[in-house]
Amino acid sequence: MSSILAPEEVERIARLARLAISVDERDLFARQLTSILQYAEQLREVDTTGVAPTSHPLALSAPLRDDETRPSLSRDEALKPAPDADLGAGLFKVPRVLGA
Amino acid sequence: MSAAPETARAIRDAVAAGSRSARDVCRSALDRIRDADRQLNAFRHVDEEGAMARAAEIDARRTELQALPLLGVPVAVKDNICTRRMPTTAASRILEGYLPPYDATVVQRLEQAGAVIVGKTNCDEFAMGSSTENSAYGVTRNPWNLERIPGGSSGGSAAAVAAGLVPLALGSDTGGSIRQPAALCGVTGLKPTYGRVPRYGLIAFASSLDQIGPIASTVEDAALAFSVIAGHDDRDATSTAAALPDLSAASTSLRGVRVGVPRALMSDGVEADVLAAVEGALKVLEEQGAVLQTIDLPHSRHGIAAYYLIATAEASSNLARYDGVRYGVRAAGEGRTVASMYESTRGAGFGAEVKRRIMLGTYVLSAGYYDAYYLKAQQVRTLIGNDYEAAFEKVDVIALPTSPTGAFPLGERTSDPVLMYLADVFTVGANLAGVPAMTVPCGFTEAQLPVGLQFTARKMDEARLLQVAGAYQHATDWHRRRPSGLEKAQEVKR
Repeated sequence: MSSILAPEEVERIARLARLAISVDERDLFARQLTSILQYAEQLREVDTTGVAPTSHPLALSAPLRDDETRPSLSRDEALKPAPDADLGAGLFKVPRVLGA
Repeated sequence: MSAAPETARAIRDAVAAGSRSARDVCRSALDRIRDADRQLNAFRHVDEEGAMARAAEIDARRTELQALPLLGVPVAVKDNICTRRMPTTAASRILEGYLPPYDATVVQRLEQAGAVIVGKTNCDEFAMGSSTENSAYGVTRNPWNLERIPGGSSGGSAAAVAAGLVPLALGSDTGGSIRQPAALCGVTGLKPTYGRVPRYGLIAFASSLDQIGPIASTVEDAALAFSVIAGHDDRDATSTAAALPDLSAASTSLRGVRVGVPRALMSDGVEADVLAAVEGALKVLEEQGAVLQTIDLPHSRHGIAAYYLIATAEASSNLARYDGVRYGVRAAGEGRTVASMYESTRGAGFGAEVKRRIMLGTYVLSAGYYDAYYLKAQQVRTLIGNDYEAAFEKVDVIALPTSPTGAFPLGERTSDPVLMYLADVFTVGANLAGVPAMTVPCGFTEAQLPVGLQFTARKMDEARLLQVAGAYQHATDWHRRRPSGLEKAQEVKR
């Protein structure tokens, strides 16, 4: 692990995460994320040869329920919290995607 | 110090017996909130009208509802738990004004049990923090010392119970977010076994770690609330179908109970006052007949590192849904393309800590770093879980400080994320291992700040956890102490 994060690397991560950040934030995060990653380097000391990863604390199987119709949110209820929606047409509205 | 506040149990019994009206109980809780919350900022939203209407309904139907376990009990709910009647923001700008179209399972269960939900409590944004300073709506103050943090992320819930505004509150705990604020505010907090309490309607932070639980002023009240909210729900795929523990026969005896003490873990970085209070508590356990045994949790010292890689990785995925399309706020301007609308919405809507964690999580999951960080952390998580299992072959519960320090001053750690993260050093282990854990008050520092003692038990063994914590509380009176600073405002009102 080489855990010095350059400001350009921070910009790349911000783009991957769809986050607009200011130049000040970029420089602050470069320092802070570097110090967090340096702290995390201690994990290298731990011998994990042959250790299975834990993704979840309980051994769960994917539970299935009977395939029957149940009441759910109406379209209007689902659209209502949206910042921009066309309730009449039943649509969430976003900036133009095609032909933009 | 002022007198101990009324317990949920006492309120419920009085309302059920008709010796007190639910309206009277609710009115006085609302009055206390109005008086004290200007100083504390424990609440994000108070639903005065809805709560009074609900209380009136309970009074009108009292004989019919008499058997309900939380009849007429005012409850506060952390603002990352969805409520249909009240805005739910997770203390984030990106969800400002969001009115969920449904209630969380725990909210439904509280109401079915007769509780009166009075409002939503402040927290760190998306439950990410250890001080409640990451709320986009101002910090909550510790009722014991207004210049100090209440802990976090469920700081509003802990402060509200500590100040006697409500007898019961819900929090959520991903790495200590119920236990650490409960400890720093001198109240009782329970993080149940992973999967025990349904999370349908909990705004997700780190899905393999998140768990909802109660904050109360006694173990008995925490047990009461736990038995209301726990149990299978098929709307949450991680909800366990395991039978609920029988809590009815909890003994107050500690005779023969084996208590494991991870001495090596406690040897470093714990404030002297905190250590002294915890040692005093261990002595009480021993006097009550418990058998102390030194145990080792050798990988727990790596808990913080593993936790912050795993939790942020999961958060980066969970928080991808805040994109300005389906709910919450969309940033104005710039939105010429969908991508730039996403970026400006998320850039403006998230606070600094949330951005930091999304970026850390995105980085550790990204190509070339996955094995070195995320996979490694998951392997260390396995070892931490194995340590707990080995320990529980020898002991019934594990005792530890909840927090290495008392409540720290406002602003002390905000510029140093790693220092802030270390506040969770004793709490993240239970989340990584999925085991239940709880905190009870066990003393004070010299600066009169509460200290919490943490117990941990085997998976699904909340019965043992609550029994031991209850027996400790039966033998001590730390949980009866209440901050005096806010007393005047309350007295005047009465």
